[in-house]
Amino acid sequence: MSVTAQAAAPRRLARSRFTFDRLEVLGPLFIIPAILYVVVLVGLPFLLALYYSVSAYSIFNPSYTFVGLKNFREVMDSEIFRRTLANTLIFTISAQIIGLLLGKIGAMLLMQEFPGRRLARALIVLPWAVPVSLATLAWLWMFDSLYSVINWTLVAAGLIDAANRPQWLGQEDLAMIAVATVHAWRLFPFGVVIFLAGFTSVPQDVLDAATIDGAGFWRRNYQIVLPMIAPIIMIAVIFGTVFTFTDLSVVYLLTKGGPINSTQVLGSLAFQVGILSGDVAHGAAICLFLFPFLLVAVILLLRSLRRREI
Amino acid sequence: MAAVVVKDLRKVFGDVAALDGVSLSARDGEFLVLLGPSGCGKTTFLRIIAGLERQTSGDILINDEIVNDITPRARGVAMVFQSYGLYPHLTVADNIAFPLRTQGTPRPDIKRKVDWAASLLGIDHLLHRRPRQLSGGERQRVALARALVRNPTVFLLDEPLSNLDAKLRASARSELKQFQQKVGTTTIYVTHDQVEAMGMGDRIAVIDHGKLRQVGTPSEIYDHPADDFVASFLGTPPMNLVEHNGGLLGFRPEHFLPREMLDGAALSELPFRIDRMEYLGSERILYGALDGFQAKREVTAKLPAHVPLSGIRAGEWHKFAVRNAELRYFDRDGRRIVSPKEQAR
Repeated sequence: MSVTAQAAAPRRLARSRFTFDRLEVLGPLFIIPAILYVVVLVGLPFLLALYYSVSAYSIFNPSYTFVGLKNFREVMDSEIFRRTLANTLIFTISAQIIGLLLGKIGAMLLMQEFPGRRLARALIVLPWAVPVSLATLAWLWMFDSLYSVINWTLVAAGLIDAANRPQWLGQEDLAMIAVATVHAWRLFPFGVVIFLAGFTSVPQDVLDAATIDGAGFWRRNYQIVLPMIAPIIMIAVIFGTVFTFTDLSVVYLLTKGGPINSTQVLGSLAFQVGILSGDVAHGAAICLFLFPFLLVAVILLLRSLRRREI
Repeated sequence: MAAVVVKDLRKVFGDVAALDGVSLSARDGEFLVLLGPSGCGKTTFLRIIAGLERQTSGDILINDEIVNDITPRARGVAMVFQSYGLYPHLTVADNIAFPLRTQGTPRPDIKRKVDWAASLLGIDHLLHRRPRQLSGGERQRVALARALVRNPTVFLLDEPLSNLDAKLRASARSELKQFQQKVGTTTIYVTHDQVEAMGMGDRIAVIDHGKLRQVGTPSEIYDHPADDFVASFLGTPPMNLVEHNGGLLGFRPEHFLPREMLDGAALSELPFRIDRMEYLGSERILYGALDGFQAKREVTAKLPAHVPLSGIRAGEWHKFAVRNAELRYFDRDGRRIVSPKEQAR
């Protein structure tokens, strides 16, 4: 007995070899990039915006003077800002409705069996995946005052008079329709994917039960399927709203906010005032008007996510 | 009168025939069980009767009317699904009321009928809950109440007990049977579980590979199987089948007993080599081989556990016997040959 005890002095394994197996090491290591990202690219700019919005800072006079809420008052008194706020809401809501409606229809079509369905499902994601600048440049040509393929088609179809072609980006009401359309087009694949996920999550038994219980197409859709996938759609709506509300790329690339600020949104106005015109303080104040809206959206989002878990 | 009649039903998926010419009728008020292994076409059969799928050919009659081209809602059938198919966003009361609402039933009638169905199934206290707050057994009752509430011509039940745990299944089985007897609605019940089929069915239809193998009462199916498939599908362990005169000879394990346990004449003695024994509490299963017979599977004998195992040991031969009346004969293709004696009966 004593012989074996002497021989079997247990060897200690080197702890360092398993450093990355330890949760207290691995956990922080994995979360650090996310924390850095949020702090450096979200938190810091937000604090800077707060800091500049209560100052008289501009690139022509880069000294810090505290002016309190003066910038906010001035911004709210401005006709352009009020128009921009209204535009932002119209832009966001209409793009949301069109994008999700098309998304639902697209998803219902893609639920059907047809040859090439897998290819169609893959291609439908393109508007979402293409870089926004490239896609918007293509749309810019389609809306061009001279070479618009949309107008060409409408003329060829005899729907409009060649001499009286709509100036998609030159008329106030049409310009808003144009930017909302492009953004809805960008949102549409997202809507399709969300609705597809929703539709496929509804068990076939439930649909069959509804059919046997006497529900036709509409009743099955609006009394069974839609209420069942409502939490998923809710997330899509909130996510899409945030995505649209904060977007300035489509507006900036298509119209630069014009004509006469008719398509100006909060993002593009803040960019114009704060960066292009160098009035950093007012730009920051305009930017911060995004905050209350986004806060509400985020609270709703987190709530609906939590409700789904229960 | 027959509530549901099916004539020469065929259903083809691609080049596979899920149903290959099935003719069957469910009598008024009958509890008819469709029994078969998974993938035999029994669920397809039910879905076609419900109108969820269209048959390739053949006719379906409900209450003596051909319903081939009639939508599910107009057929007057109710179906309970394997996973119940309850509407998760609606309360129990709204789930039960749904088929009434689609028919445009007046509101007071809906309330009355929902209460009636709920009390019949003992779920009155659950009416305000949602399906996910219910146990499996409760969900099953809600599904039944929803099926019951609009007085269907026929209930179609697709393995409704398979999602319950074993203990609950036994009690749900007898409850379901009592419920069906109480309401008296013709019921077609699909299962792969022979215990459910034997225990609940007024008649059993055995289906395999899209073909109807036999229809009959549980005892007809068990005691007089029409072919070797039915013989070997029912019973645990199933009927012993050994080659004999170019056909098959069959006998149930419980009829295959030590020679000394049987008295009288008209016996067939069969020397049995016991390879191993299983003790199952109430019975013993003996596995082995026969002398002079080629068996399709291991030959088994089932002895009540209270019988003393005098002289029966694993690895040894023992003289076993079957009463001749318990022997079944099948031809080369597996179809039963009625012995002269039985024909006379």
